[in-house]
Amino acid sequence: MSEPIPTRRLIGRLLVLVVAMFAFGFALVPLYDVMCDAFGINGKPSGNAYQGSQVVDEARQVRVQFLATNSADMGWEFHPKADELVLSPGAVGEMLFVARNPSDRPMTAQAIPSIAPSEAAAYFHKTECFCFTQQMLQPGERIEMPVRFIVDRDLPRDVHHLTLAYTLFDITARKPPVALNGG
Amino acid sequence: MSAVIEPGRVEPGHVEQAHGDHHGPAKGLMRWVLTTNHKDIGSMYLWFSFCAFLLGGSMAMVIRAELFQPGLQIVQPEFFNQMTTMHGLIMVFGAVMPAFVGLANWMIPLMIGAPDMALPRMNNFSFWLLPAAFGLLVSTLFMEGGGPNFGWTFYAPLSTTYAPESVTFFIFAIHLMGISSIMGAINVIATILNLRAPGMTLMKMPLFVWTWLITAFLLIAVMPVLAGVVTMMLMDIHFGTSFFSAAGGGDPVLFQHVFWFFGHPEVYIMILPAFGAVSSIIPAFSRKPLFGYTSMVYATAAIAFLSFIVWAHHMFVVGIPLVGELFFMYATMLIAVPTGVKVFNWVSTMWQGSLSFETPMLFAVAFVILFTIGGFSGLMLAIAPADFQYHDTYFVVAHFHYVLVPGAIFGIFASAYYWLPKWTGHMYDETLGKLHFWLSFVGMNMAFFPMHFVGLAGMPRRIPDYNLQFADFNMISSIGAFTFGATQIFFLFIVIKCIRGGKPAPAKPWDGAEGLEWTIPSPAPYHTFQVPPDMNPVHEHRKGPGDEVLP
Repeated sequence: MSEPIPTRRLIGRLLVLVVAMFAFGFALVPLYDVMCDAFGINGKPSGNAYQGSQVVDEARQVRVQFLATNSADMGWEFHPKADELVLSPGAVGEMLFVARNPSDRPMTAQAIPSIAPSEAAAYFHKTECFCFTQQMLQPGERIEMPVRFIVDRDLPRDVHHLTLAYTLFDITARKPPVALNGG
Repeated sequence: MSAVIEPGRVEPGHVEQAHGDHHGPAKGLMRWVLTTNHKDIGSMYLWFSFCAFLLGGSMAMVIRAELFQPGLQIVQPEFFNQMTTMHGLIMVFGAVMPAFVGLANWMIPLMIGAPDMALPRMNNFSFWLLPAAFGLLVSTLFMEGGGPNFGWTFYAPLSTTYAPESVTFFIFAIHLMGISSIMGAINVIATILNLRAPGMTLMKMPLFVWTWLITAFLLIAVMPVLAGVVTMMLMDIHFGTSFFSAAGGGDPVLFQHVFWFFGHPEVYIMILPAFGAVSSIIPAFSRKPLFGYTSMVYATAAIAFLSFIVWAHHMFVVGIPLVGELFFMYATMLIAVPTGVKVFNWVSTMWQGSLSFETPMLFAVAFVILFTIGGFSGLMLAIAPADFQYHDTYFVVAHFHYVLVPGAIFGIFASAYYWLPKWTGHMYDETLGKLHFWLSFVGMNMAFFPMHFVGLAGMPRRIPDYNLQFADFNMISSIGAFTFGATQIFFLFIVIKCIRGGKPAPAKPWDGAEGLEWTIPSPAPYHTFQVPPDMNPVHEHRKGPGDEVLP
């Protein structure tokens, strides 16, 4: 039988393990985002603008549908100008989303995108998106917000149909809107 | 005076050394507040656990009373949600886990020939954190807005954005009981690794000690993750972070991943010590050594390892990719292999044994049979495509109650009856014990077996009302639950009767029992093994080929 580790040192090591596992719990947060980003899983599209361009694959067409939803307690009018767009992989598509703040106070909103089916998320590149920034609207103000995107040529052959869904969150408390003349 | 007991050294004793080496416990209330004696602390853990068991059980009675008939009769949905949540939290963290820590406190030093736990003062602190934690938790029920109502799994955003105001108290209660569990686990590891009697190698330890060693490592690995996840909730609620809020770039699904990374090993934390206890009890009443001791140790370690890589089987319907579903499905099914090894070994231990069915054995045999049923429904739930139908139905409720009630709870009952003569010095009333078993057995099966049927037919869990076609099965379930619940008051009576008197128990009341705990008198003296027993093989000097090595 090998000599046991002295009790104090053993406890020290176990406490290190406890602290390490506490840190590991928090490390799961960036790890989760990295995994979602790397594998395009969970319907999370990349949060960064796509810089490249692609040769258009004229041979096939993909139908992209648009959804706009308000989260709970969000009172804005929010909808796409059209329900869907049919385009070829590699081509640049554009859709305008309309938002209006019907309340009597300035508000800030953040749109969060999601792609279905989730395995297609890695193949949906946004070159420009209103979801990259926040929207600050004065009372009654209405804007049209563009999203430009390319569906990757490597999109799996069995995917003919994509849904881009935005949920609009009220983040006024988190990011107070600046006054009318300030922004 | 050192707060740490070093191996091979007699406990330095308290300040009142003048009373002599064999002084008894202090008198009065302060004995229990200040005690560092493993037997006192073990008893307090067990009593605390039993109180939590009755409290959590009475909440289950509210749930079953409401579900006795369709429609809303007794409580409002808001209160019903608080009952399901608190029932789960109290049973998991207040009843099952402290009961096993209590058994560990009482039995591990006796089983390995140690004078006490390695860290007696920390032991006292880890116990006394629990009443504080649960006082905090239970007090939320009386606060404005009510207590936690988001299910014991407290998924965000239910537990963050939509939580009642009292959620902060819930978070601190979880922190406190987490600290308590971690300290308890460190204590168990230090005791087992450093205070074993000379000659007791790791592979000579009783399986209860082995399973607790592995459980303690599981606790140290996952309780900090639980502390982390509630800390993230706290920051989301009060400090404007967005760990679980999509609006700020977070993700509610992340909560489920972190929670179940804790949650799945947690279910093994609640069952492994029961495996260990049953592995002592079945050989004792079969009058045969345990079949496959070594494979039992490795199977336990394998289950503990696998428990870390199966967490997403709780999340098959959140939208994880196909390859993830397949991985978690197969990894989950793999757990059936080491578990099967254990069940095989228990059955093989009984095979051709000289069986007798005293109360501990009845509970142990029921444990093996009913836990296996719970294991089978677990395999059904592991099938990812089928889980889409079972998810969040009463089938899941039936499954985890079959592994927790006849698994963890029957394991605790079996242990209690098995060691009560050692603890109290009296035999419990065998007739009453058997009656307790049969009422529990019938009540428990009546309560939970019909839940399989209503679950497969689509009755959702955590809802205070249901469709009319589920009415009959729910009424049967409720009657079974009331029977089971009332029977546990009867258990309290049996234990008190045993403490107050009864046939004096000999040092070894079970003729087939093995282990150091039976070498000391009953009731166990306040201080035991102050000189460690020598477990080295005797007559070392003339050991030759053919000489049997004594245990």
